[in-house]
Amino acid sequence: MTQDLFLFLSAFLASLVEMVEALTIVLAVGVTRGWRSTALGVAAATAALALVIAALGPAISALPFSVLRLVVGGLLLVFGLQWLRKAILRGSGYLALHDEAAAYETERDDARRGAGPGRDGTDWYSFTVAFKGVFLEGLEVAFIVITFGSAREHGIALAAAAAATALVVVAVAGAVARAPLSRVPENTLKFVVGLLLTTFGTFWAAEGVQVDWPGEDGALPAILAVLAIASFVAVRVLRRRRAAAATPSRAAEATA
Amino acid sequence: MSYVVKFLRFWYSFIVGDDWRIAAGVVIALGFTALLTDRGVAAWWVMPAAVMAILFGSLRRAIR
Repeated sequence: MTQDLFLFLSAFLASLVEMVEALTIVLAVGVTRGWRSTALGVAAATAALALVIAALGPAISALPFSVLRLVVGGLLLVFGLQWLRKAILRGSGYLALHDEAAAYETERDDARRGAGPGRDGTDWYSFTVAFKGVFLEGLEVAFIVITFGSAREHGIALAAAAAATALVVVAVAGAVARAPLSRVPENTLKFVVGLLLTTFGTFWAAEGVQVDWPGEDGALPAILAVLAIASFVAVRVLRRRRAAAATPSRAAEATA
Repeated sequence: MSYVVKFLRFWYSFIVGDDWRIAAGVVIALGFTALLTDRGVAAWWVMPAAVMAILFGSLRRAIR
């Protein structure tokens, strides 16, 4: 039960973050250059993604379960640590925060400068940008769903349901707003997803090398709590360090 | 650049990202854990400890 809940939440939040990024690209192109070719690009990318998932899913599921847990756990752990690292650096001010509104404006500027429609009326610029955005972000969602899902019985269905829920939430929000979802606290979400991916990765990868966790599934919230505390402490320490480094230079500017 | 190279680069930057030492650290930690469990040692503590060390090491390098 604990694992199912964690799995659903992790797949939902991770998919939500990737889908918000895809939506920003699609909206920018669609609003600037029209919806027909943009929608075609989205449809083509969705079909291509379905093919990739249909080919990749059964291939991964064919691996022995212990190998699967080791490989999937290891991948999730590496992936999760990257997200967590970036989230801590953003939270402490060492990296700029991801700004969906700014990304939207950049995409719109690029879309205005792109080549016009072809002779057949299809706007290949809109098609390609929408296809690329949805396909690449969608590949990340597919990776999350397949890796999360395959390390647990009936997990793929649960992770796919979480991703589908995220898709509905983002599509409805996008249709209502017709603007980038800049109010979604994307950096906070990435922090939470980084923590969840790292927790799952640690748990499954260790099980893959025959570790017996004390308390079995109960170890999951314990790992999450330790990681969360350590990450918050890291953000605070780095923030203070950054402020301390900035103070002498400000003092020097004031005296100059 | 060929599509295969682009595809491989996408997956490398997606999974391994900015710091390859994270991936290397995870592989080493898993190898060490496997070695201990193979000898009958209760090694559940190794991965959480390694994860902390890998994360803080990567953060230290990033802010230098």
